Amino acid sequence: MIARASEVSAIASREIKKWYRSPILLFMTTIQPLLWMSLYGKAFNLTGMFRIPEDILKQLPPESTARFAAIMNEILSRFFGASDIDFFSYIAVGMMGVILLFTSMSSGMSIAWDRRLGVLNKLLVAPISRSSIILGKVISAIIRGVTQSLLVMLIGLALGMRLRVSGLVELLIAVLALALLGASLSSLIISVTIRLKSWEHHIAVSNLLTLPLMFTSSALYPVTLMPEWLRTVAAINPLTHGIEVLREVLLLGASFNSQAMLWHLSILTIFASVATLLGIYLSNIALRKM
Amino acid sequence: MTAVEAHNLRKVFGELVAVDNVSFTVEEGEIFGFLGPNGAGKTTTINMLTTLIKPTAGSARVWGYDIVDEPEKVREVIGLSPQELTVDDELTGYENMMLHAALYHVPRDEARRRVKEILELLELERFANKKVESYSGGMKKRLEIGCSLIHYPKVLFLDEPTLGLDVQTRAAIWNYIRTLVREKGVTIFMTTHYMDEADNLCDRIAIIDYGRVKAIDTPSRLKSSIGGDLVELEVSEVNGPIGEKLRTLPGVVDVVLDNERAVVKVVRGEEVLPAMISVLIREGVSVRRVEMKKPSLEEVFLSLTGRKLRDENGVKEEIARRTIAIRRARA
Repeated sequence: MIARASEVSAIASREIKKWYRSPILLFMTTIQPLLWMSLYGKAFNLTGMFRIPEDILKQLPPESTARFAAIMNEILSRFFGASDIDFFSYIAVGMMGVILLFTSMSSGMSIAWDRRLGVLNKLLVAPISRSSIILGKVISAIIRGVTQSLLVMLIGLALGMRLRVSGLVELLIAVLALALLGASLSSLIISVTIRLKSWEHHIAVSNLLTLPLMFTSSALYPVTLMPEWLRTVAAINPLTHGIEVLREVLLLGASFNSQAMLWHLSILTIFASVATLLGIYLSNIALRKM
Repeated sequence: MTAVEAHNLRKVFGELVAVDNVSFTVEEGEIFGFLGPNGAGKTTTINMLTTLIKPTAGSARVWGYDIVDEPEKVREVIGLSPQELTVDDELTGYENMMLHAALYHVPRDEARRRVKEILELLELERFANKKVESYSGGMKKRLEIGCSLIHYPKVLFLDEPTLGLDVQTRAAIWNYIRTLVREKGVTIFMTTHYMDEADNLCDRIAIIDYGRVKAIDTPSRLKSSIGGDLVELEVSEVNGPIGEKLRTLPGVVDVVLDNERAVVKVVRGEEVLPAMISVLIREGVSVRRVEMKKPSLEEVFLSLTGRKLRDENGVKEEIARRTIAIRRARA
């Protein structure tokens, strides 16, 4: 058991060292979520549509104004969780989840590179468990992903994101959700790509997966706004559950819905466990067949 | 102890027989080489022996452990330095070594001691804390070999250890390999398509072509199997008796005479040459020029396979087809 842990940490630490020593890679993977956040999040003000402009309000009698405001706030609460939420913060949290998608993609890619460079063979002739290789990749993906996600949050804060965290426990839940999401996504991608022999195939498959996973999640808009069929897809997308946990604990302050949060967190935990086991199982088969 | 023994090892990729009923043994402390052209099945054999792929048929034991039934045991006692450079460019030499130490469960303190020792042995200690991207090709290869030594393997597999290196660097790598055998007692199984490498470095060679072993022996015995050295003498005149006299000398296999030239095929030519010259002088024939050609492994390969190792012209397409098929299958 201790031997396995040290194998996993050796493989993970190799990835981590390579990652923090090439800031350009860190920068490149952060830039896309930042673009989404700052362009889409700032320009497409979805929540702003539910706020009635002052000059229109002035034309209405005060009692109607109050009624209208109540209705609009109700709509906002239903869709976004709180009436005073701003769309930029909403998207910024979404991007904290999406960046895990990008970092997970590159952990799948690192297996393709290891295969091409012969490193994978070196790992396979070492007296280590085959599972340790995959677990090492998943753990490094989690560490990288969580770090970069928190970096996106800091940049978001600098750009005007409004966080409302009620306590340290909520912050730790957010980190836990990010870790589980990292495990889910990286295992999922490893499961899909482990049999691909070249990194060119990897890039094609990664590109094919990224946008659908992002658009079928609640990263850019609330699930409640989606048509029925898309809601079903969103419900089995781990990105949705990860992002929903984050929004509850990071954006809604003390008024967050702990029941909903626990529900999403449980599904995420199950997803992470199943995906990790599946990743290990499929890669054991693929690596044995070499 | 027998370090490696293979019995009718066979690997088939689709329709291609990459390794065809190969049998051999490697004794402890030996440098054993697989010599053959690209696509001959050398790397496929290494991949089977190092548990990366399973044989289609046949069996093999490495250090007494069966490669199919006890792959974990095999992995404990072997090291592999593959054809490609697998050391990580972005890590330092020291970090690369420590990574391997962790993969082989060498405790940290012990690992530090071994890393120091091995880096000294390979004369890399000055570069230990430099990133590998600043290393030369030869240094990277040395580090690669060093990494595969960290767990003190019993059998070290070297796949084309000097591929793509310049002449001096190759000679230096050979020296390091000899030092390893002398100081660490490690048994070496290596592949090469360089004649001089097999000749200089290996205690015994298996000549492999199209997946089949054509001959296994020491380089010198393989070369003497050709039948002897060729001694070419330029003389003042050629007459009947000198041919007869030369034939009676010990070790002489054949004498061919033409105008002013005698070509003598002889075993251990360097020992018989003085006697040849005195025979000629006694017969009143003066010798203007002498040239002796030792048979090389090139001739051995030619006589065993009917083609030159480097001259792949006639069968280029076949070789390319095999190489591509094998690469694709193991990628």
